[in-house]
Parts: sequence; structure tokens; C-alpha cells
Amino acid sequence: MKAEVVIIGGGVIGASIARELSRYSLNIILIEKEDDVAMGTSKGNSGIIHAGYNDDFKTLKGELNIKSNPKFDKLCADLKIPFKRIGSLVIGFSEENFRKLKELKENGEKNGIKNLEIIRGHKLFELEPNLNPQAKYALYAPSAGIISPYKFTIALADNAVINGVKVLLETKAKDIRIKERQVCGVVTNRGLIETRTIINAAGLHADEIAKSAGDNFKINPLKGEYQLFDKQWGNLVNHILFPIPTKLSKGILVAPTVHNNLLIGPNSCRVKEKDDLSTTKAGTQEVYEGARKLIPHLPHQDLINYFAGLRADIEGRNDFIIEASKKIRGFINVAGIESPGLSSAPAIAEMVSGILKEVVKEISPQLELNYKDDFVEALPEQPKFADYLDKTGEWQEIVEKDADYGEIICRCEKVSKGEMIRAIHQPVPARSLDAIKRRIRAGMGRCQGGFCSPKVLKILSEELKISPLKITKKGKGSEILKTKTKEMIKEETGVKFKDEVRV
Amino acid sequence: MKLEYDLVIIGGGPAGLAVALEAKRNAVKDILLLERDKYLGGILPQCIHNGFGLQYFKEELTGPEYAERFISKLKECQIDIKTETMVIKITPDKRIVAINRDDGLLHIQAKAVVLAMGCRERTREAIAIPGNRPAGIFTAGTAQRYINIEGYIPGREVVVLGSGDIGMIMARRMTLEGARVKAVLEIMPFSTGLIRNKVQCLDDFNIPLKFNHTITRIKGEKRVERVTVAQVDKNLQLIPETEEEISCDTILLSVGLIPENELTREVGIKLDPVTRGPIVNENRETEIEGIFACGNVLHVHDLADFVTEEGEIVGRAVGEYLKRNRKFRSQSIKIVPGDDIAYVVPQHIDFIIPGRKKIKIFMRVKKPAERVRINLLDDEGRILGSYKKRIVTPGEMVSVYLPEVLLDDKLKNITISIKRD
Repeated sequence: MKAEVVIIGGGVIGASIARELSRYSLNIILIEKEDDVAMGTSKGNSGIIHAGYNDDFKTLKGELNIKSNPKFDKLCADLKIPFKRIGSLVIGFSEENFRKLKELKENGEKNGIKNLEIIRGHKLFELEPNLNPQAKYALYAPSAGIISPYKFTIALADNAVINGVKVLLETKAKDIRIKERQVCGVVTNRGLIETRTIINAAGLHADEIAKSAGDNFKINPLKGEYQLFDKQWGNLVNHILFPIPTKLSKGILVAPTVHNNLLIGPNSCRVKEKDDLSTTKAGTQEVYEGARKLIPHLPHQDLINYFAGLRADIEGRNDFIIEASKKIRGFINVAGIESPGLSSAPAIAEMVSGILKEVVKEISPQLELNYKDDFVEALPEQPKFADYLDKTGEWQEIVEKDADYGEIICRCEKVSKGEMIRAIHQPVPARSLDAIKRRIRAGMGRCQGGFCSPKVLKILSEELKISPLKITKKGKGSEILKTKTKEMIKEETGVKFKDEVRV
Repeated sequence: MKLEYDLVIIGGGPAGLAVALEAKRNAVKDILLLERDKYLGGILPQCIHNGFGLQYFKEELTGPEYAERFISKLKECQIDIKTETMVIKITPDKRIVAINRDDGLLHIQAKAVVLAMGCRERTREAIAIPGNRPAGIFTAGTAQRYINIEGYIPGREVVVLGSGDIGMIMARRMTLEGARVKAVLEIMPFSTGLIRNKVQCLDDFNIPLKFNHTITRIKGEKRVERVTVAQVDKNLQLIPETEEEISCDTILLSVGLIPENELTREVGIKLDPVTRGPIVNENRETEIEGIFACGNVLHVHDLADFVTEEGEIVGRAVGEYLKRNRKFRSQSIKIVPGDDIAYVVPQHIDFIIPGRKKIKIFMRVKKPAERVRINLLDDEGRILGSYKKRIVTPGEMVSVYLPEVLLDDKLKNITISIKRD
């Protein structure tokens, strides 16, 4: 297999870069080791598009966040994913906190954010009636917003595929081939891909990939746990609420999600393993108690999910690494993309595109990077029943064209069979229960798939034309079912079992 | 199709089936039954074990047999049935929006509505067991569907958390299918399911039931590999030194059922925080006149037979409601759960019904006890009635009869409490 550019990693960064580069007539392959994109940090984070007052403008974090923030309205409209600019409030309780808020405001203004405001007194509670009554001040940033980070990533990847990028799932980079200090290929579990340019967007594993190209930095995973509450509680807060940030993190936030659930988290905990997504009792308590400092009455009886995500924190450095390797030609590192990585993704992709042009000039002068005429900016409209509950007449027309859209499979999130079939055949296809869940929310609701998972499994098996025994939760090794029942085997083969027990 | 009905029943499980038949017997004419699954019967078709019908039919049936008794009768009546039809909205003036493949969206006007949507299982997520999130964690009912309806076994080495009825039944079912059930863990010092299920499903198959135990951690990245279990003390706090690991590929959860009241909440009906079902009067009528609720959407029942009984109460009540000849009491009497009673249903008594001699009150106790009295007390704490019970346990619903003669006009509250005899 051959490509002009190989992107390693299908997170929000890899997918953003893939989409940005698909504007050019280039042969691009994106490889992802899991069975879907958005399987690492991109699925386990707060889903916040930050205003950009936290970091210094002289850092990449500060610069790229500020540059990206205004782009999300159009980008999300094009990608047909929800984005809500609901604004954020950093809550202060003391004089000391007030000074910190002023500092943040000044920094934000230096960065060029114009509409920051410090709010105090009763106005605070008009904005947030359920806020801790002891709160005194808040830094209000109207430009902060919420997004579904995995939906964003999937849509970016879908759009890239439509524009010619090949996305290879369950394809793991094992080694980088180098010849005379020039990249010449990447070895994967599916064989060699010949290429002269590699973009390392491998998230938590970017240090391992960089190492095989001779670059040295170390990524230390920093775990954060989250809790998610039932949809009826999304209105408990109106904005993203942050505590006063620390050096290490922006703290345990309380925010609605774009689907109107209530999200709390993350804490911050060093872990050894890059696959340690386990939740802990202590973490659960820390997150709950932390969030209660902002919103004292949380609906613990309506907890519907909890999970952990890992930040890719680079040892000894408080900024992203986005640069061409100094040791190897044709190798670009995009690493250490922790918060505000999601918020910076569009500008990161543009920056990488610029770096790539320089690299290409040097190593393949014959390759001209020209904009394609036929770049498709937007994804087609993908109607979801849940969005049509007040427009039933319009949905009626959809059902009349395709009856699958009249069969509701997931009762909690109101997802039709038609949407499910569409997700299984979209550009980056859903092939597991979790992949379906991330695309169309079937199984994401209060019953967590208790009712719909047998039905979703059946539809996956029919559409992919494979046995139900092969359907997984999240890729190979996570098969849901073990064997057929005796009854079924008997029916199919006529075999009798010796140990048959009658009750 | 016809879009106006006297009665629309939402849910075709044992509750909805009983309502339909009983309403028909009580001269309700136009009835529509809406069911979201392919078949009627609710959860019964996947409950292939026996133990159904002992109370109602005085004979022992399996779940599918029990359902069939009602379904076959229903087909003889003129009742419109729509399966694979999902109700998405109910309004206070009893308009219903539903959807299916053939009709698309249906807008139906009803004179009376019965909520009979049943319940869902509490999940691993709702009880926040720490650890990984691999494949192999199922609620017991989901595993039951995979085995009994779809024909697939979801695991070979199983740990069951919670001693609810479905959990114990599935421990036996998995054993019969050749799986090894290593333990059933119950955090409380008593079983939360029926005693007969403990005997027939666990004891008879030598499946150990460990009281005061719970899962403290789930391990395994892609598929469950093992669980850490530990003993808890009287305050349900973990005793760390008792932690041990059990290897298994599957965890079944039987940790409680939650009435499915999203539609109810959206229409604006108040829910009881303990039952998580609507607050109802003796007709099982919610605070919106003409909207009734019965079965597991109202409160979780132990036996399908009790659900049928409740459905029949509603079937008759709908008949009375549509005839418009009901007489309200001058003030409603509240039934209040007192000492050691978790909840009572109905929560209030609203009607004067000529010829009625007694009202059956259902309740659940908070903890097991032996040789007790269930006392009915008036506002001054005077005992109105007292019933001896040899054994009460949270896993088995308790009922007492409230004699009509006790209900005088001055009575505001009746408190029900338990006392050691």
C-alpha cells in the first residue's frame, strides 16, 4: 500500500488534520488501532470549547485555542453536529479567588477576548439559580461552548473520507521505516504502508511512535473521572461552571451536555498505564464532592453513567508539541494535546497543514499541494428522530419514504432503525455496539442499552452479514455472546445433549 | 385508521392485558392497546420458567403460558392492537403521539389513558461499580432475553450481583445451559427476592448465595476477566481485609427495577419518590383525572398475578370513569407509610363507592421481621385496625384490607406502621 501522507491516530487531532489535508489533492491514509475513531482521549473528556483565557498567548495552547474558538459555529454547522455556545463561569468564593478571576480576565483580554466580564452578587444567581449560595464572584466568558467530542471526531473523519482520505481501522502502527534519515514507510499489523510523510497524532502513544523515529519525549497519562446524569437534569445549570483553576487543571466542572445530560468531572490523577480507564471509588467520591462545591444538590439517584479519560501530559513541558522532527525528514509530531486540545483542534490542523507544506517542499519538490476544486465542506443532513419530536409532520414524510425510520429501537434516546442502518454504512462505519452508541446514542440513555442492545446486535449482524457471535462491544476480544443455546443448536442440527436437564 | 378511542392502554404486558379485558367486561367500547415490542405479553414471553398463575389461576404456568391465557381472550374481543408502536408523547388532555413502521406518526385522542409501561432494570452505571467497562456485564433481564428469545448464551463463568428474582432465576438458567455460576452476591443481610426462588434456583443447584457481599471492582479491558468482591459491615461499608478475587467472564446484575415513568413525568404527573411511580388513588388514577397507571410502572410487583389484579382494578375504574357516575369524598384520605414501611399503594382514597366493604392496601416493608403487627392508625395515633403477620420481608409485597366502615368524613390520614407483636 502506498500513500503520500500517513496520519497515525484517529482522535480529534488526527481526524481534524485528515479533513484539513483532504482539501488538497493528496493521497492520504489515516490509521487507527481501535475499531473506531475517537477511541482515546477524544471520547473521555469534558467536551468544552474554551474561551481561551487560561493560557498565555505566547504558548501554542493559548494561541491555537483563541484562533479556533470562533471557527466552531460554521464547522459544526457544516458537519451537522450540535454545538452550543452557552458561555462559562469560573466561580469564586473569596477575595483571593476574586484576584485570580481578575488575573484570568486580564490574561484573556491580552489574548484578545473582548467580552469577558466579572459578575457578582444577585446577578450570579439570576444566571445560575442552583449555584452554591456562598459563591460571590464569577468570570463570565460568553464565547465558551459545549460539543460532543466523539461526534465531532467522527464527523471530521466522515468528511475526510468523503474527500478521499482512506481511514483504516484496527490498523496499528508497529514501526516507522526510515532510510537515510528520511521516512519511507510505516509498518502495521496489516502490512507496510509506503510513504514519505508521517503525521504522528497518536495521542497517549505519540511518544512511542516518535521514539521509533528517534524523537524523545515522554507522555504521562493523567486520568480524569466523570459522571453523567439523566437528561431531565441538563437544565440544573445554564452555563459551564468551573472552580478556580489550579496549575494542573481547570478543576471539576459542572455543565450540561449538548444532549442535555448533566456532566460533572474531571478529577486529576497520575496513572502508570496508558490503558487505565478504570474508575475508582475514591475518584467517584472526589468528583461528586468537587462538583457539589459548585452545585450543592446533585441528583445522585439519576446517575446514568460514569467513565474515565486520560490526558496526554508531556513530562516537563506545559505546551503542545507541533513540529517537524529535527532528526528525521518527513516526520511531524503533533503530541501532548491535552486541554485545550479539543478547543484548539481546527487551528492545530491548519498549523500542521502549514508545516506539511514546508516539509513537502524540502523532500518532494515535485509534489505540488493544490486545493481541490471538488472539496466537500459539509456533510449531508442526517435526520434524527429525537430532533423531530415537535416536527412530527416532517418525520412522517421520512417514514413514508423509508419505513425503517418509523421503527424505534432505542426507547430512551428515541432512535429509529433507519438511523442505525445509516450509522452502520456511513463513511467511517459503526461496527460495534459502542460505535453505534457514539454515532446515534442508542444505548446511551437511562437503561444503558438494557432494552435495545439485543436489537442493535441483531441489526449489526444483519447489516454486516456476520454471525451475532461475532458482534462486539468495542472491537475484537469484546464479543457480547459466547455460544448458541442448546435449544438453538438442536433446532439447527438435530443433535441431542446427554446432560439435558428437565425442570 | 381510527384516531379516537374511549380508552388507550400504553403497554401490552400483564398490566395492559388485564386492563383491556376487564375494561371490555365493564362495557368500555373503543379500546386501543399500544405495545412497543413485536409481541404482546411484555416481559412474560422471555420468562420461560414456571411459578406464574398460582394466585390468579390456582395452577402453575410458565410466563408465555400465563400471557397466552390473556392474549387469546383478547383476540376474541373487539380491541384494536398495535404492536411495534412506540408512544412518544401524552398530553394532559389525553392526546397521544405514537410511531410505527406502517402508519408513521399517529395522533390519537383518548377519553381515558392507562399507563402500563412497566419498568427497567437498574444498571451497573446507576450503582457505579468501580473498575473497567468491558463486555460481559449484563442486567439479568437482558441476559434472559439473549438466552430465551435470541437463543444465545452470553457467558460461561458467571458472578451474579443482587439477589433479585430475575438474578436468581438467571443463575439457574445459565447453569442449565452449562455455565458455571460462581456466586450470587447480596449486599443486604437478606434476599431481596422471593424465598421460593432462593430455594428452587440457588439452593437446589448448590449455587452459593453470599449475604453482606458486593463487587468492589471489575477487571478486564475488552471482556470481563475477574471481579473483586468484599464483605460489608452493618452500615454497608466495605471491610477491606475480606476482599477476594473471583475469575469470571460475565457479571449479571439484579439490583433493582425502576418504573419507566418518562412519559408520566413529561405529562406533568407527580411521582412518589419511593415507588418512583405516580401517586394514585384507590382507582389507580393519577392526579390527572382519567389517566390511570398500573403494574410495574406504578410500583414494582413480585408476581405477575398481582399485576393482573391491579390491572383489573383499573379496568373497572375506567368503566366507572367513562360512565361519569363517580362520587368523590368530601376530602381525600391520605394513606401514609409509618414506621418500617417503605411505601404504600394507593397513596390516597378519594371515592365513595356504594357496596364497597374494604380496600386492599399494598405495601413494602423496609427490613425483614418476624411475628409483627401491621397497624392502621388515625391522626391521633389510635389504632383503627391491626393485622398479625408471621413474617414480612422487603422482597415480598404485603397487603392488608382497610374496612370501609373505618372511613369517616373527618379522617384525613391513615398511617400504616409495623410493630413487634
